[in-house]
Amino acid sequence: MSASRARRRDVAIVSFAQLPPVRRDTARDETELVQPVVTAALRQAGLTRQDIGFTVSGSCDYLIGRPFSFVTALDGVAPWPPIAESHVEMDGAWALYEAWVRLQQGDVDTALIYAYGKSSLGDLPAVLTMQLDPYYLAPLGIDAVSLAALQARALLDSGRATERDLAVVAAARRGGAVAELLATPYLVAPLRRHDCPPISDGACAVVLAAGDAARRHARPAWIRGIDHRVEPHQLGSRDLTRSTSTAIAAEHAGVATIGPIDVAELHAPFSHQELILRDALGLGAEVAVNPSGGALVANPMMVAGLTRLGEAAARIHDGRARNAVAHATSGPCLQQNLVCVLSSEVAS
Amino acid sequence: MDRDEEVLEAPYRLEYTYQRSTGPVIGRFLGALRDARLEGVRTASGSVMVPPLEYDADGAATGEPTVVGPGGVVTTWAWVTEPRREHPLPHPFAWALVRLDGADSAMLHAVDAGSIDAMRTGMRVVPRWQDERTGSIRDLACFVPESAAAAAAAAAAAAAASAAAAGDDRPPVTMFPSPVALDYTVTAGRHLSAYLRALAERRIVGGRCPVCTKVYLPPRGACPTCGVPADAPVEVADHGVVTTFCIIRIPFDAAPFPPPYASVAVLLEGADMPIFHLLRGIPPEEVRMGMRVRAVWVADDQLGPTLASIRWFEPTGEPDAPHDQIARHL
Ligand SMILES: [Zn+2]
Repeated sequence: MSASRARRRDVAIVSFAQLPPVRRDTARDETELVQPVVTAALRQAGLTRQDIGFTVSGSCDYLIGRPFSFVTALDGVAPWPPIAESHVEMDGAWALYEAWVRLQQGDVDTALIYAYGKSSLGDLPAVLTMQLDPYYLAPLGIDAVSLAALQARALLDSGRATERDLAVVAAARRGGAVAELLATPYLVAPLRRHDCPPISDGACAVVLAAGDAARRHARPAWIRGIDHRVEPHQLGSRDLTRSTSTAIAAEHAGVATIGPIDVAELHAPFSHQELILRDALGLGAEVAVNPSGGALVANPMMVAGLTRLGEAAARIHDGRARNAVAHATSGPCLQQNLVCVLSSEVAS
Repeated sequence: MDRDEEVLEAPYRLEYTYQRSTGPVIGRFLGALRDARLEGVRTASGSVMVPPLEYDADGAATGEPTVVGPGGVVTTWAWVTEPRREHPLPHPFAWALVRLDGADSAMLHAVDAGSIDAMRTGMRVVPRWQDERTGSIRDLACFVPESAAAAAAAAAAAAAASAAAAGDDRPPVTMFPSPVALDYTVTAGRHLSAYLRALAERRIVGGRCPVCTKVYLPPRGACPTCGVPADAPVEVADHGVVTTFCIIRIPFDAAPFPPPYASVAVLLEGADMPIFHLLRGIPPEEVRMGMRVRAVWVADDQLGPTLASIRWFEPTGEPDAPHDQIARHL
């Protein structure tokens, strides 16, 4: 393990661009969501489309209701003459993981990753139900907020958090007074509206560079470790109050060994999930969590996870942070989790 | 951005009429539900998994079925005040993970408790069965808080089902309907909306790429070669040249005419991308590449923001264009 780790290429996030997420963006189709963020990320990296060795995207056709929507979106990266390209039907954070693996092969030095999500066209709860077990869960029509509420109750019952703790997280991310938040009615008890993410449309793009291609940049955000893990889909077989997959991914990504962590961008669409993730990552009170606001402020599906990696990298790019942890999640109740450790130092 | 007056939108439904095969383990569980009975499966490590899967989390195949419940304990729950259309109950209810008696894992279902005040973690519940059961997780209508009356009702339903099953020759559950229907409001975006609105005025508007100067039809958010918006508006003629075509000879539901008929790609004068449409006014066997054609528009009162504002194309009768003219547009 350590021998293969030593042979890894040094890869860094060298640029990040995003559209300001909005509740509903009617003017842009998928190509028009992608084109501006890709153009901005390339410009920031000082690269042209021809310089990019590998392109990979994350999106979900069901959000927009158009089969092969990700192919239409490709126009936004100017794929002619033909480019080396891939796609994951997942959050763009997993596209970044694929690009990182691709760069390890050594024959290309740069990769472009983008993600887009336009949830406003459909009925998002109904779309998300389709990702569930088709035999035992999907026929019941259980929605994402209800599933998260089951997890929140389990956490409250464990005695490791209170409804007030949830409101404190919500108030920190999106503002408001804790007492006033607690006075609002439940949406799906024990979750209140402020504990749940907004529905958003958005897009973002990241450029990765390896070795000397990354060193050309003033402050590359070096990927010191990255790993992702998945848990069983059957909810009743999981301990919903712990994120075991996050803890294992964190161990492999080197969260505990990087040194003092300045900032953590956690993909926690629900307030109680931030508490579970902080616990799984072993983050102390001194770590600034989600200064961007996180997914409680804007949650474009398939984008919000890659945005966490981009936001964390941006803090290293501008010198505000030395070490950062970024996390992305996918599936109900934090089923699958990716952890990435970023640093201004290429190696310790 | 909120609703944009310039942008067209329309309702759209995505539907798939899927059937799902169950496999033997899930099929057996669904068959038991049809008989008002709850079954788990024994895993290699000796625990009882409900609902059953083919493999446990260690990847070992699961074994023999074993009867569980009918009662169980709520391990966590959530209260729904406003049920969605696809939820199992039309009035406020709880979702719960229920660990059935004799099981080691919990199953998800609804609890019809009447009020949030009747719910608590650790409470006991019993099943309420549908009268008509087909081999689905919804044969179990929901759970209800355990009481003498509820337990008696559940026992009576199970006894009746077991008596009925004794002389039963129904086939095992191997398939069940699993339809998908998702509703969307699709929006055309600003560029496509401008193109569609022009069609309602008998005009065809393309978009020019500012870099390579190609005119796209309809205008696009990005030129695939240059990566910049190809949206400088350019008025394009409603006549042009057939670049390629095919003759449809097989009837199908959405066919516009009885076959045979010609479907053509037309390079309109002033555009660099052909559009696809129908060709009439000529026997199909006489259609040629390079043939000059013009649009036949619908009557004024039928014009709308759709390509159907052009009924079809027809030959102009002018001499064919030389192949050179269409060669780079094929
Ligand atoms: Zn161009």
